[in-house]
Amino acid sequence: MDHKDYSILIVDDEPIVRDSLGKWFSEEGYLVETACDGGAALDRLAQRNYDLIFLDIKMPGMSGLELQRKIRTINADATVVIITAFASVDTAVEALKDGAHDYITKPIDPDYLSHLVEKLVRQRSLVAENTELKERLVGMAGRGSILGESPAIQKLRDMIATVAPNDTTVMIRGESGTGKELIARAIHAGSPRRYRPIVPINCGGLSETLLESELFGHERGAFTGAQFRRKGHLEMADGGTVFFDEIGNVSAKIQMDLLRVIESREFFRVGGNTPVKSDFRIISATNRDLEAAVAAGSFREDLYYRLNVFSISVPPLRERDEDVVLLAQHFLSKYAASMNREFTGFAPEALEALRRHRWPGNVRELENAIERAVVVGTPPTVSAANLPISAPREDGPADEMSLESVEVAHIRRVLEKCEGNVMRAAKTLGIDRVTLYNKIKKFNLPR
Amino acid sequence: MADSDRASGGDILVVPVDCANLALLQRLTIDLQATLARAATVASWDLSPQFAREAARGQYNSSMILAELFNRRSDPPTRILGVTDVDLFAPVLTYVFGEAQMHGPAAVVSTFRLRPELYGLDPDPEILSRRLLVESIHELGHTAGLTHCHTPGCAMIGSTYAEEIDLKGPGLCERCGDVVRAEFTKK
Repeated sequence: MDHKDYSILIVDDEPIVRDSLGKWFSEEGYLVETACDGGAALDRLAQRNYDLIFLDIKMPGMSGLELQRKIRTINADATVVIITAFASVDTAVEALKDGAHDYITKPIDPDYLSHLVEKLVRQRSLVAENTELKERLVGMAGRGSILGESPAIQKLRDMIATVAPNDTTVMIRGESGTGKELIARAIHAGSPRRYRPIVPINCGGLSETLLESELFGHERGAFTGAQFRRKGHLEMADGGTVFFDEIGNVSAKIQMDLLRVIESREFFRVGGNTPVKSDFRIISATNRDLEAAVAAGSFREDLYYRLNVFSISVPPLRERDEDVVLLAQHFLSKYAASMNREFTGFAPEALEALRRHRWPGNVRELENAIERAVVVGTPPTVSAANLPISAPREDGPADEMSLESVEVAHIRRVLEKCEGNVMRAAKTLGIDRVTLYNKIKKFNLPR
Repeated sequence: MADSDRASGGDILVVPVDCANLALLQRLTIDLQATLARAATVASWDLSPQFAREAARGQYNSSMILAELFNRRSDPPTRILGVTDVDLFAPVLTYVFGEAQMHGPAAVVSTFRLRPELYGLDPDPEILSRRLLVESIHELGHTAGLTHCHTPGCAMIGSTYAEEIDLKGPGLCERCGDVVRAEFTKK
């Protein structure tokens, strides 16, 4: 950024100081204005904001410290530097406590002044850049990142817009691969907590002991191998959002611990005696029928009500046919660009195959299918043969099957096709290896 | 003012302001001519800076010297560059190497802090001469309305200590050079 983009206001009752300092900054190329007292400074500040304000501490009428307090309310972003004739520790401390960035003693060493201003300008430039990047990041993770034109997706976007700005606890329901974490991130991005972290925790993929340590952190020596104190995810999410993925899979003990944390926002690190406070919003997600789990006694009813304050259901991809091609085109552009392959679209039979497929792995399966097609296909168009979805859409008996039966049948089929190779099967299914192992165990499937 | 001091518009008149080394000033005029392609001469008169002395600081107020040089400017307008051996200050700053009137005819430069011996080194006339030339062009650049430049090597880069002056040359970057040429040829 050019110096002329930075504005400096010099407030001093001595004309010689205003002129001399003003001239010095003008030679540096800054936009400089001066004011002879607090009143004149406030008039200037009513006209425009300044990046840097140099403020004489002793002025007739309103003192520099008093003016500094007023500036905090009018031009809070301005960096204030106090100018004083005598180095007084008390005054300097008071000014710094009130938010002044620094103080300088008259006469000023030009070398010091030059470096100070350069440093402040660089700092402001970094802050501006940081804010812009954060906004851009928030934009990327916001509602705009949820693609689709179907009524179901439009309704979903409306629900996110409604719930995001409030601190309400949200539960996201939906099948595996529907993009529940993306929804959680969009809610976080639309909330006042957006500049603080969102910390995802996969509750389904960790053992009870490991999950406890991940959630609450641990003290040094809490268990074998705990050589250092470690912050848990709940502590790291302070000021932000914690996202419990696969919340339906947590053990009874963790459910009880979570209930206590949700009520008090206070917990102990594993092996610790001091309570740790953390302020976080809770978003959880599950693909399980939690109501059934509550009825069966495997999920605590009180925790269920605590988590299910605002429920959002993410529709499976098969219920939003009109979005399949749009999403496929998006993934094609994404992977073609990242792999530098010049794909422009899909052959008609490939589009037909995409529309006919049931997408049991939902958006994740579609994304994986397109990524694979970009790898194996020949530009410029993706053919049906490039898509790993040769099986025709099963509209018949599957419509009468329960979701769990469809899931079991599909996992069994993919495992057979992959000759029992869990890693390959997990990749095809678009889920991680640990989740597949859990499902194999749960459904007692052969490998 | 002597007739020989009446230079044409855009020319440079170097005025000794308590400057003992006239040979240094003669060399400066030659170097200025070579660098800026404008005629430069040493004035036949000099200016005592005593009126600008501030006893408490033991330094001389550059703004006051500048104002006096402005009062003695010639007609037609000439750049008037005071060169002094005394230590200069601007009221709010502890020292300055020089000062100039933005878009004005007058500038002043001090050799006091350009001398290597001030920093415990052996005297070096070559270094002093080069630093004086660079700072003179810098201040004359301000009279053409130039602010500090960020192009590596350009004389218009701001300097707050002597070694910083050594990192730049007497030459101006393309943009600053264009401005100086345009301003110095204005009648």
